[in-house]
Amino acid sequence: MTLTDPEHLEQSEAGGLGDNIDGAERVKRRGSDSAVLRLSEAECAEIGNDPNTDADDERVLLNMGPSHPSTHGVLRLMLEMEGETVLRSKPVVGYLHTGMEKQAEQLTYLQGGTNVTRMDYASPLFTELAFSLATEKLLGIEVPERATWIRMLMCELNRMSSHLLFMATNGMDLGAVSMMIYGWREREEVLRFFEKVTGLRMNHNYIRPGGVAADMPDGWEADVEHLLALIPPRLEEYDILMTGQPIWRERLQGVGVLNADEALALSATGPILRSTGYAWDLRRDEPYLAYSAVDFDVIVGSYGDCYDRYAIRLNEIRESMRIVEQILDKMPAGDYRVQDKKVTPPPRVRIDQSMEALIHHFKIFTEGYKVPEGEAYACVESPRGELGVYLVSDGTSTPYRMHVRGPSFINVQTMPHLMQNGLIADGVAIISSVDPIMGEVDR
Amino acid sequence: MSDEIAAEAADDVAEAAAIATLRYDAIVADSNGDVILHATSDTYLDTITAAHADGFDQLIDLTAVDYLTYAGKRSLPEGIEAGRFELVTALINHQRRERIRIRVQLDGDEPTIATAFDLYPGAEYLEREVYDMFGIVFSDHPDMSRVLMPENWVGHPLRKDYAVGSIPVQFKAASNQR
Repeated sequence: MTLTDPEHLEQSEAGGLGDNIDGAERVKRRGSDSAVLRLSEAECAEIGNDPNTDADDERVLLNMGPSHPSTHGVLRLMLEMEGETVLRSKPVVGYLHTGMEKQAEQLTYLQGGTNVTRMDYASPLFTELAFSLATEKLLGIEVPERATWIRMLMCELNRMSSHLLFMATNGMDLGAVSMMIYGWREREEVLRFFEKVTGLRMNHNYIRPGGVAADMPDGWEADVEHLLALIPPRLEEYDILMTGQPIWRERLQGVGVLNADEALALSATGPILRSTGYAWDLRRDEPYLAYSAVDFDVIVGSYGDCYDRYAIRLNEIRESMRIVEQILDKMPAGDYRVQDKKVTPPPRVRIDQSMEALIHHFKIFTEGYKVPEGEAYACVESPRGELGVYLVSDGTSTPYRMHVRGPSFINVQTMPHLMQNGLIADGVAIISSVDPIMGEVDR
Repeated sequence: MSDEIAAEAADDVAEAAAIATLRYDAIVADSNGDVILHATSDTYLDTITAAHADGFDQLIDLTAVDYLTYAGKRSLPEGIEAGRFELVTALINHQRRERIRIRVQLDGDEPTIATAFDLYPGAEYLEREVYDMFGIVFSDHPDMSRVLMPENWVGHPLRKDYAVGSIPVQFKAASNQR
């Protein structure tokens, strides 16, 4: 098939914004009237080398990426353009594929955390949490209450840092370059706290099966209070710089529109699904950790456009701060990890006193602990949507199979549908508002 | 507190399983509190069609497992014959807040199964990933091509008979006499 096929031209003219087809049907299209450009590299090259191209046909195949400043790493888009209008597009991924799911089969459950934390590098604690929850499901252990609350505190702070990063990159992609520095500045404040607690700014390996790696450091309350005092006025500044600003609104409102039927059909989750007005948040609808014990609102949009997705993330930072405030009041005392000598290493002092403790310590760090046979799926609401880990154990100390349901990977599918019949300049706004983290897309 | 929640969850699972047996032509099992439907490659499409009609409005996940070197004893219900590959499809019903997982046994070097694309277009990339990593072909899929590996790659990396590769590291200061 070539792009100048008369049949193809007819079909794509019939498609697009003008028709009254139900949203879910629109995204199910397979042929050339679909928003998705289903062309392989070979077919693409063939079209490019075809000397018999119709001179009147103004369609151009254009590559955007993989190293384009607005593609957040290594996302490549194959665009079929007519003038400046995007007709069909295809996200090409895999440039960052490092076989992390295969690697997970070689690592013990204790080492697994170091692997999964590198997937979504903007919100590493969520992947660690999903991995730990799935492992704990297989082990059948219950973590102490304090560990649960520490996990919740760290995850909500991570949601804030991840959304602050989005504010920064979204601002830069759309020309508010100073926003890049502001967002980064606030995120750094949160990361500074992470460094104090976990030892690292990113890739923490802090949430582990059985609890967390270490208790909160002395004076952590003051640090969190400092963050809670620091960030709200900064968010007000964002409102002045972006939210209410006419140029910003013009740039985002009505751009990249998706309705709820389409979002559901495309398996989209997180802010993309919520921007269509569909209130679905795992923290509220399938509460894990202790989310049923805290008060917060699920933020939804109403138009499903880029502006809604921006506003949802901005307000989710505020909601996360609300949750963090409640956690400060309610943080229970107790142990930060389960005292099960088969799963967590014994306290340092015990090693000097007891031979058995020394053996357990040695065993855990050399061959790891054995996890009962079975399969389990655990999911959490990451800043990008449902993040799930599917584990299959064959009774040994390494997972037989670990699969990560990366929300970014699945949300990337919405891009062609958001971009269809829009301008290429709006494409930049759309990529930014889908907020894919390529480490997680490619794994 | 947790006992109550666990008991409630167990009730929910039992109830959901009873409903599912009636509604879908599949064997229902329980795995760590989740509802599992065991379908065959022939009945897979019927099962997800029935689930879709029943309000399971989103395909949340789709993956596969290669059981070639599995050391343990797999727990499969009676009437289900173990295959080398297992396709795992997770669906969610937002109204009833229910989840089901459909597991299908597949055999052969290039197993084929129907695509879920026409019901759940979100399966497109997930099925491409399974094809890429396991070599399971989804018939009638709109774009059955690799997604993460390069187009001209040979082999399917997540298969158990696909070895983990390594590249020797050459250190600058290291002597060559070894």
